[in-house]
Amino acid sequence: MSTETVATTNGKTAAAPKKASKGGKVVGWADERLGLATAAKKNLRKVFPDHWSFMLGEIALWSFVVLLITGVFLTFWFKPSMAEVQYMGTYDQLRGMYMSEAFASSLDISFDIRGGLMVRQMHHWAAMLFIASMLVHMMRVFLTGAFRKPREINWVIGGLLILLGIVEGFSGYSLPDDLLSGTGLRIAQGMVQATPVVGTYMSFFMFGGEFPGDVIIPRLYMAHILLLPALILALIAAHMLLLVYHKHTQWPGPGRTEENVVGFPMLPVYMAKAGGFFFIVFGASAIMGGLMTINPVWKYGPYDPSKVTAGSQPDWYMGIAEGMLRIMPGWESHIFGITISWNIFLPGMFAPIALLALVLSWPFLEAWVTGDKREHHLLQRPRNAPTRTAFLVSLMSLYGLLWIAGGNDVVAVLFHLNLNHITYFMRAAIFIIPPLVFILVRRWCISLQRHDNEMLTHGYESGIIMRSPEGGYSERHLPIDPERAYTLTARERDEVYVPGASEDANGVEGGAGKMDGLRGKLSAYMFGDNVQKPTTAEIEEGAEHLAHELEHEHEAGLDHSADGHQFDGRHEVEGETLRGDH
Amino acid sequence: MSDHSDNLPAVQEPIADPGLPAHTPRPTDIDPKAERRAERQVAFFFLLSMVMAVLFVVAYFSLDLGKLEEDGTREATDTFWGLGASHVALGVTLGLTMMFIGIGVIHWARKLMSDVEISEQRHPAASSEEDREETLAALQAGLEESGIARRPLVRNTLLGALAFAGLPLIVGLTDLGPVATSSVRRKTLEKTVWKEGTRIVRDVTGTPIRPEDLEVGDLLNAQPEGLVHLHDASLKREGVDYLEGAPLHIEKGKASLILLRMEPKDITHGKGRENWTHQGIVAYSKICTHVGCPISLNEQQTHHLLCPCHQSTFDLADSGRVVFGPAARALPQLPIKVSEDGYLVAQSDFTEPVGPSYWERDSK
Repeated sequence: MSTETVATTNGKTAAAPKKASKGGKVVGWADERLGLATAAKKNLRKVFPDHWSFMLGEIALWSFVVLLITGVFLTFWFKPSMAEVQYMGTYDQLRGMYMSEAFASSLDISFDIRGGLMVRQMHHWAAMLFIASMLVHMMRVFLTGAFRKPREINWVIGGLLILLGIVEGFSGYSLPDDLLSGTGLRIAQGMVQATPVVGTYMSFFMFGGEFPGDVIIPRLYMAHILLLPALILALIAAHMLLLVYHKHTQWPGPGRTEENVVGFPMLPVYMAKAGGFFFIVFGASAIMGGLMTINPVWKYGPYDPSKVTAGSQPDWYMGIAEGMLRIMPGWESHIFGITISWNIFLPGMFAPIALLALVLSWPFLEAWVTGDKREHHLLQRPRNAPTRTAFLVSLMSLYGLLWIAGGNDVVAVLFHLNLNHITYFMRAAIFIIPPLVFILVRRWCISLQRHDNEMLTHGYESGIIMRSPEGGYSERHLPIDPERAYTLTARERDEVYVPGASEDANGVEGGAGKMDGLRGKLSAYMFGDNVQKPTTAEIEEGAEHLAHELEHEHEAGLDHSADGHQFDGRHEVEGETLRGDH
Repeated sequence: MSDHSDNLPAVQEPIADPGLPAHTPRPTDIDPKAERRAERQVAFFFLLSMVMAVLFVVAYFSLDLGKLEEDGTREATDTFWGLGASHVALGVTLGLTMMFIGIGVIHWARKLMSDVEISEQRHPAASSEEDREETLAALQAGLEESGIARRPLVRNTLLGALAFAGLPLIVGLTDLGPVATSSVRRKTLEKTVWKEGTRIVRDVTGTPIRPEDLEVGDLLNAQPEGLVHLHDASLKREGVDYLEGAPLHIEKGKASLILLRMEPKDITHGKGRENWTHQGIVAYSKICTHVGCPISLNEQQTHHLLCPCHQSTFDLADSGRVVFGPAARALPQLPIKVSEDGYLVAQSDFTEPVGPSYWERDSK
């Protein structure tokens, strides 16, 4: 690497071990006891590729660290007890009321501890950031095919992290024992109780008897500050270890291949960028905690099982379960003296888990259909996997619809709509709109692929309109630059699996029977309509055609751009003037 | 190319890889002035961070929360534009303290640290063939020496012992709560504090209700006597069990009531429920049969009652029938009458379990 073109402060000579430098002594002392130098020598300068979308997971990681720090602060004052006390604290409106110690101590943190409210809100905002950034990170990984071999296990770990993050969020949200979160807990209890066969038993075990009892808050507290964070930490550790072991995926481009990883070294660049980013996330959540109200429990008041507020809404990440619960028709079966509550356990428990399982199993499903056993380290543009992209976007549309359904009362008030009509609409819409979105997005991706090919073979649209001597108008196309052209073509050709074939092009043996036929059909559907990148011959033909066209224009005296277009920013314009007298 | 490439897709055609583009130097790489300016900028951000940290300490000690002291006195709460000054200032100064460190470090990385891209070879995720064989051989040898395959008796009893060891781990959790057997359910889920003669009282003041207190169209949230905190302890009546703490909350989660007075002619009485009302006053469980939210929104003209959680709607003029939403069962109705001293009381407990469904519920 050339040292001529980097900052002089970096030094012009390569670093060489000096005798008995101070740092060297410390490293020596530590290595003699820990022997870490072998592992460190490879990893200190480990290369990470750069792209803005690789930062999404980092937001999740750092917001989790913020959660640990602010969470510890909150435990100093929070009392996880449901014992009833009379509130005698600073907040006038609730003084004299009976409430649980948990709620009273939440009020104390909010009103009597300097910075308490700020940290409480910071903790809540960081939790929102944590779950939201995990979801967006997961979408990035899915849309770019970063879950493919060898990263399938990390995909599943990530999915479990989201699930745990949501459970952790819900348990923390329930701790203050306010009216809103108590209502959420009541709904959760109703769902547990409606579980077939074991529901009543599970509910009694969870709540130490009937709802609400006096043990659920201490138990949730234990889960929230010990059990779930420990599991999340362990999974994050595994997630990061695998990330380091596999090395990060990268976007294709000149010099960026399946066999290398191009970017900046961990020390110092990523140490600084990622480390600095922690401070940014910390700072952003502190500012949010100081300025933006979230979960003002003092407004809701203490939990009372006989009270509820209109417009009760859970935190946003529970929105889809809430939406499903709201639009589900009231189906219940009574047979042989038992009750099966389809209306509760289908939307409340079965559907969310089934959706997550479907998304988590996608890498295995896709690998089965393609029969691809190779490793993939180059990311795919979403348009180059139209079926996969369409699948995720249709799920996103389902997510959005269920969100609206989960706030149908708020939507009804906001837009002056009939609540019943919204519900009826949603019952049909969740089955009709996602498939429509799927078809639309799939065709859209294929069009974009076609557009890429057109650019490769016919050049880009320069925006320069030419008039021929005959009076016809045409837009001049110019060849795209070779690096861009290479990047556009740096993808594989899709192969459609033909059932019955003993061995396909990837050297995978074909199976037999019904599953084989299904695999063929799925493969034809998933990849059959995709537009493949042009062949070498097509590229050459396109280049020839372009050159010919330009030559033709030159012959016709069109060797200069139309008047004014010389100022299009692509040419030297020194000394240029507008031709003619206008 | 290495042997690794067999396992990797080829993406070289139709255009050959032009290779990594040459490094373009930044102004800070070639212009010492720009370099020194960047250095000063980074240091400036770190200085700003220090200033913010000091401001945090100042705000911590100078801005008053307006806390209620032990002796009942309190300072006025300091505010900025109506917001609690202390929390706002602490949040902003702490946030900026951190933010400026982050901005400074990232600025340093972007402007001054080398931005020459480095390329590193990848290696297959799998171990080498030899390593794998060695591992398998070691595994084989270990299993062989343990004799686990040759001694099925030992193996099977071990598996059995491990399976049985799960029992204490699971059974040990039984005391998490009562086991919801049918006798336990009869005493808990399937019963409330309502019984013959229990007074119906207002849920805030705890005062009993006379029929003439209610106009047609009036809706009242009510509780059985004993579930409302009385501000004046001398008002407590003998023979009434006044609950507190967890038992109180559990009973409120089941016994809460909605009272509604309508024109008697509007009521469609359920079969066998002709005598459950009094002069057009009906009493229904306030706990939704869907997942247990307290129902509270009333449409006076239609006698419909809406649950704010999931919008199940019940017709109180027609045995609490479900007219909309995800609930599957009608609201349980409480049979009521007027006592000798003229107050509304219950005729009995609810005739069915209230609240959300459960597997063992006999919903005949």
